[in-house]
Amino acid sequence: MMDSMRPTRRDMLAMIGKVGGTVALYQAMTALGHAAESQFAGPPKLTGAPKGKKVLVLGAGLAGLVAAYELQRAGYAVEVLEYQDRPGGRNYSVRGGDKVVEVGGVSQTCAFQPGNYLNPGPWRIPHHHRSLLHYCKVLGVELEPFIQLDHNTFIHHSKGFGGKPQRYKELSVDFKGHVSELLGKSLNAGALNDTVSKEDQERLVEALRGWGLLDGNLNYTSSLRVSGQRGYDRPPGGGVNGAPTPSKINSLSDVLSSDIWAHMNFFFSNVMQTTMFQPKGGMDMIGKAFARAVGPVVQLNTKVTRIAQGETGVTAYWEDIPSGKTGQSTADWCVNTIPLPVLNQLDMQVGAPLKAAIRAVPYSGQVKIGLEMRRRFWEEDDAIYGGHSFTDQAIGLISYPNDKMFGNGPAVLLGAFARDAGGFQLAGMTPAQRIEAALAQGSVFHPAAYRKEFMNGTSVAWSRLPWILGCTSRWSDDARAAHYQNLVAMDGRIVLAGEHASYYGGWMEGSLLSGLDAIERIHQRATGA
Amino acid sequence: MTIKSAAALVIAGTLLAATVAVRAQDAPGGGPTSVEISGEGKEVYEMICQACHMADGKGGDGAGAAIPSIANNPNLANKDFIVDILVKGRGGMPWFTDMLTPEQIAAVSTYARSHFNTYRDPVTTADVQRVMAASGSSTSDCSTC
Repeated sequence: MMDSMRPTRRDMLAMIGKVGGTVALYQAMTALGHAAESQFAGPPKLTGAPKGKKVLVLGAGLAGLVAAYELQRAGYAVEVLEYQDRPGGRNYSVRGGDKVVEVGGVSQTCAFQPGNYLNPGPWRIPHHHRSLLHYCKVLGVELEPFIQLDHNTFIHHSKGFGGKPQRYKELSVDFKGHVSELLGKSLNAGALNDTVSKEDQERLVEALRGWGLLDGNLNYTSSLRVSGQRGYDRPPGGGVNGAPTPSKINSLSDVLSSDIWAHMNFFFSNVMQTTMFQPKGGMDMIGKAFARAVGPVVQLNTKVTRIAQGETGVTAYWEDIPSGKTGQSTADWCVNTIPLPVLNQLDMQVGAPLKAAIRAVPYSGQVKIGLEMRRRFWEEDDAIYGGHSFTDQAIGLISYPNDKMFGNGPAVLLGAFARDAGGFQLAGMTPAQRIEAALAQGSVFHPAAYRKEFMNGTSVAWSRLPWILGCTSRWSDDARAAHYQNLVAMDGRIVLAGEHASYYGGWMEGSLLSGLDAIERIHQRATGA
Repeated sequence: MTIKSAAALVIAGTLLAATVAVRAQDAPGGGPTSVEISGEGKEVYEMICQACHMADGKGGDGAGAAIPSIANNPNLANKDFIVDILVKGRGGMPWFTDMLTPEQIAAVSTYARSHFNTYRDPVTTADVQRVMAASGSSTSDCSTC
């Protein structure tokens, strides 16, 4: 029990360190192990490709499509086989009229108005995911800001503030103030004389006074100065009643009950830092743009049933899903991006180390739910424009649309981004039960409008999507140590690619970097380099 | 709810909280979840397992792959079979030692073996701990969360 609490305490200390402006920030970033930026250093330069060589790509997600795109540019013949009736893989968007069919046959037909969409998979792009941004630019995918942090959104904790949501700006400013007060007073009381020099103590106290908005006695109290960050009771105005009145700060104990520090910390994560982006009109603009660039070599509705290889090439046996007709495709090399939960049940002629690696990686099962609302009550009633309101309930959050602000028509909220226990719980429900749960839980943030303005909803439970049976790879440290190099190593003429074959699991950047790495190694083999 | 299962919930919640910081995957937010998992086998099944194995325990087909059926599955005659998978994961299915306590793993294993099959002998917490010890797994080992 004590052991399991340690990471939480460490995080707490790191957060305090950040509030105090110390080197703890840097330590926390590197401790994440994923703080480095993308390894992308420009598109591959594959020169001298031998004439008449062909590469078979299995799966038309981003890893497969970037491989096909760059191989074609280098002069290779490419054929892409895709199980679904569309390119893009997890890079997709659900719009009005689209069907979401689950294992077991349950089917939903999305009823969103034209122009509205849900991004069930990837939905935000970090500014340092350079390969993805490169290909968006090259392929003409228009990007717009993804509003990651809106200080006016809500934080809800079932056991904090009697379950009443509080504004992020109020809790975060209060947390900063209280921690500054405690650290400042500890310094003044000499509690840190052994570790902080007198000169640094003076500078730090001065920093805390400014940073935490403390008064002359190092107290964090309700004041107009504090309200200048957390908001006023009566905001500044004009004329006779122009003078603002201060808001009342929350107690340290109440602030701690909200877990606000964890939400503040979330935005420090390297992959969550502003600025972030999204494609205009839906995430699937990226997959579609790749597919257009690659051309008619993508064969949709094609279920791979067996993969064989020999001295001279690779053969994939497949079935055309609509007609049931079978066929086979041959090539000199194969980039296989089929998701591991599917691949581990497929007959593929590879060695034992790769087979063991494929079996060693479980997938997590997130759930996203899009709720179409008649009007933008979060904007009109609550002055929230993009960003997320977080909750400790199963839905995890509700997230507000980043486009068409101040519009009059219906808009789609992300009504759930559930994972872990909450994700399993929602995935196990019927679509109608999921919508009801999303409405019941999301109503804590906007009680008057949430159900009243609700029109329709669509849920995507990744563990039940027949084409992947999960959302993203979830490597354990042990499995990574034992199997990762075997998973990415070429086995004869076959090499795997996808987010699972990267250290950027669950991100499109990982898919692209993996796809690029795979074809660079194929090119090396093909050119005898 | 018994006091014991309430304590189990606290531990489960703490472990979930601890997982938040170490994953680089896209995630809803930084805060821990308060979603509570029951100590009853039937409820654990409905809340966790049926996300994939479906309400009838029969799983289903996918893209040339299938979610295995728990129902009428002769492998479950050996009680260690199901416990071992819950402790270590298998293929696309993750391990559950960071989400379920040994008591919950025992309860849901007992439920899956008796409700969807005809194996009536209960799986005990001691059974789960024996399998965990054999696999080197521990509920407090968050290096694998």
